[in-house]
Amino acid sequence: MKPARRNRLILVLLLVGGVGVAVALMLSAFRENMLYFYPPSQVVSGEAPTGYPFRMGGMVADGSVRHGEGVNVHFQVTDGGASVPVRYEGVLPDLFGEGQGVVVRGRLSADGTFTAEEVLAKHDENYMPPEVADAMKDGKAAQTVSEGGE
Amino acid sequence: MWTWFHRLGSPPYFYEWAGRWAPRIGVLAALLFAWGLYDGLVLAPTDYKQGESYRIIFIHVPAAWMSMMVYVTMAVSAAIGLIWRMKVAEVMARAAAPLGAWFTVLALVTGSLWGKPMWGTWWVWDARLTSELLLLFLYLGYIALNAAIEEPRQAARASAVLAVVGVVNIPIIHFSVEWWNTLHQGPTVTRLDAPAINIAMFLPLITMALAFMAYFAAVWLMRARGELLERERRSRWVQRVVAEESG
Repeated sequence: MKPARRNRLILVLLLVGGVGVAVALMLSAFRENMLYFYPPSQVVSGEAPTGYPFRMGGMVADGSVRHGEGVNVHFQVTDGGASVPVRYEGVLPDLFGEGQGVVVRGRLSADGTFTAEEVLAKHDENYMPPEVADAMKDGKAAQTVSEGGE
Repeated sequence: MWTWFHRLGSPPYFYEWAGRWAPRIGVLAALLFAWGLYDGLVLAPTDYKQGESYRIIFIHVPAAWMSMMVYVTMAVSAAIGLIWRMKVAEVMARAAAPLGAWFTVLALVTGSLWGKPMWGTWWVWDARLTSELLLLFLYLGYIALNAAIEEPRQAARASAVLAVVGVVNIPIIHFSVEWWNTLHQGPTVTRLDAPAINIAMFLPLITMALAFMAYFAAVWLMRARGELLERERRSRWVQRVVAEESG
């Protein structure tokens, strides 16, 4: 390779490398601020902000959804470790349901209840026809029974 | 192979070669689109959770993949132009930009249309959506910078630097859903484990991805031909081509 070309090649690689390192440092510095939501266990342990609205994401706990009058709804958001009770008044998205991922935006009150102003459903990365989903559910149920009904 | 690559660097040879291949790849794209759309919209089963609405992935996912792939293609072409001063590579980079920008728009719009019923919102500022929007701005910045400089070689050099720097955003888009908590779900296909999608939905998705790629390749070559003609309009080979084609 001719020296001029080699120098230009090195320059381009240095440019990409340098910008890459700069951006990586910047992103790691802003790591906390890039989080779209906090999991319930961090909310319970007090790592989430208390003075202003924030987002909390997790699963809607099984059997926790209670519909009140009108569009009032109560449910628990869990991440397996901790769970936080949520109160919401409004229309729920199509994908909302027990065992579904959810992101709620609102404030934490002093009694530990989260008052949501907005509820977004989080979809997971799995796509399958209903028969397959049923079969998988049956399979899992059978497995837990054989493992001693955990 | 190497000599063939070198010959492609010659504008008249490239012009003629691209003119032969673009229509063939275009026909391939049409066939793949026809089959992919039929398979995806008619034959593929409904999703257990999303019902019929999930079918937008057959447009959304290939468009999002292409938005990133075209960017890398464009940046590599621009870098080759920058380092080896290859005229055809400069033209290729310039020709790819609007296509990539439109793929990005398509991915953002289809994602938004799906997000409203499924998530409950048109738009959120999570890391995936924001970095994809940044990609659109990188494309627009590249196009604007390239168009702002009159002299084509200088325009190619200046915008190439922008294109090359912007490559840093591509891994950020891809890994955003793993590095941060995002509303956007994690990768279904492009991950180390087996794809988390039923095979009857996976096949039309791949067919559509190939259709998008073939479409891009065909239109890219056609656009590059047009750019070359305009840029080389004073050269003898263009005048010969024009004389031949106008009879």
